[in-house]
Amino acid sequence: MKRLLQKIPDSLLRVGSVFIVFITVVLLIRSLIPASLKNSEEHRNATVEREVAHPVKHAGSEVCADCHEQYELKKTGYHKNLACETCHGAAQAHSEDQEIKPVLNRKREACTLCHLFNPSRPTGFPQINPVVHNPGKQCITCHNPHDPKPPRVPKDCQACHEQIERTKAVSPHVQLDCTTCHTVNEQHKITPRVVKANIPNDRTFCGKCHANDSKIKETPKVDLSTHGEKYLCWECHYPHMPEVN
Amino acid sequence: MERRRFFGKGFTLLAQYGLISSVFKRASAEPKDYDASKHYYGMGIQVNKCIGCGKCMEACKEENGVSKEPFYFRTWVERYSIKKDGEVIVQSIDPRIDTLGNTVSEKDVMRSFFVPKLCNQCDHPPCVQVCPVGATFKTDDGVILVDSERCIGCRYCIQACPYGARYLNPETSTADKCTFCYHRITKGMLPACVEVCPTQARIFGDTRSTASPLTRFKRMFKLHVLKPSLNTDPKVQYADLDGEVR
Repeated sequence: MKRLLQKIPDSLLRVGSVFIVFITVVLLIRSLIPASLKNSEEHRNATVEREVAHPVKHAGSEVCADCHEQYELKKTGYHKNLACETCHGAAQAHSEDQEIKPVLNRKREACTLCHLFNPSRPTGFPQINPVVHNPGKQCITCHNPHDPKPPRVPKDCQACHEQIERTKAVSPHVQLDCTTCHTVNEQHKITPRVVKANIPNDRTFCGKCHANDSKIKETPKVDLSTHGEKYLCWECHYPHMPEVN
Repeated sequence: MERRRFFGKGFTLLAQYGLISSVFKRASAEPKDYDASKHYYGMGIQVNKCIGCGKCMEACKEENGVSKEPFYFRTWVERYSIKKDGEVIVQSIDPRIDTLGNTVSEKDVMRSFFVPKLCNQCDHPPCVQVCPVGATFKTDDGVILVDSERCIGCRYCIQACPYGARYLNPETSTADKCTFCYHRITKGMLPACVEVCPTQARIFGDTRSTASPLTRFKRMFKLHVLKPSLNTDPKVQYADLDGEVR
């Protein structure tokens, strides 16, 4: 063995030892790199683990139901599908420590965020024109946010035709009563599908306000003989939300 | 002799460290009672229901700790206004500044609506393909995640995403995106945006389930996805989607 070593040239031994030291250092560094960075399976698991460990901020409405009686009230109203945290903000911290209070925004802006009239919003969604709808007054003076209802119980037409009522409320026809255009037999309220409400059936009806010779001043006027040819008015204009342009 | 013992001990220690750490990491990778391979998540969005209130954007930022500055969003809402001359105007809404955000005169508008957007969690994600370091990947339950420790912040995936869903996290300088609220869905909760949506415009569920709100959504509506020509096969599907939406 000793002879064999002596036979190897000195220079080769030195190079060899440098090589061995080099290999050792590389192995050492490799072992220090976390496994998650070398193995894609490992690093994916580490990422998933990190994501799962992210703290939950929104607790979910079921948690609120344990303490707050308003939950029961909300369950039957128009806001039944709203999560508590839609208005009150993330409340996981509040559910763990009652000293941390969730958001309680009583300002008009808190409601108009959803209920301000916006032409991009779906037709029929309850919206208001803030300029004419009790300006400056807090919404909660008339509406209970956990069970929002119109301050008066809907009667007559809006009890059933709520969506039309809401649409009309933000349209140029807001001032018109339903009975301006529809004549309704009392029987319609009892058997609505058998006895129907009357709807206008010709162009002259709309012409009462919108023809050139109409005595009502504020309405936009058209020449009935040339405007719209053979079509009936409501084949182009939706009477509950007539486009003004 | 001393040296030999030193090296011997050193190597054993290193080997033990490697073994223990790998075993530990594998064992605690996922919650015990959650099996990712049994789920495959998707989302449905009904455009006609969105009122553009921006609660989803707010909740997402809160839940996921996204920077509060108005340039970073994991989900956002676009307002489409199609003018009478056919021009399409798209604005990203910010309800805190101005709910209406009207720069288009209402008189010129033919139709207008809101479209909520988020990462489409594509089945064939271009962002995963282009990542040079393999930092982004698809989990067994179909969610695309980013490994913030591996990401080098080259922004290639941000460029590659056809939906503009990714952004560079200003705090970590790594790519970031919607995770479907992975920490919530693995606990059986809904993503924050779905939880707070006041009109249920967003539906979340398991695509493989036979009776989930998402399955019902898929039965009820005519569905479409964004940019189907790219073959990304998104798991976010839209109902009542206008042809002008890109």
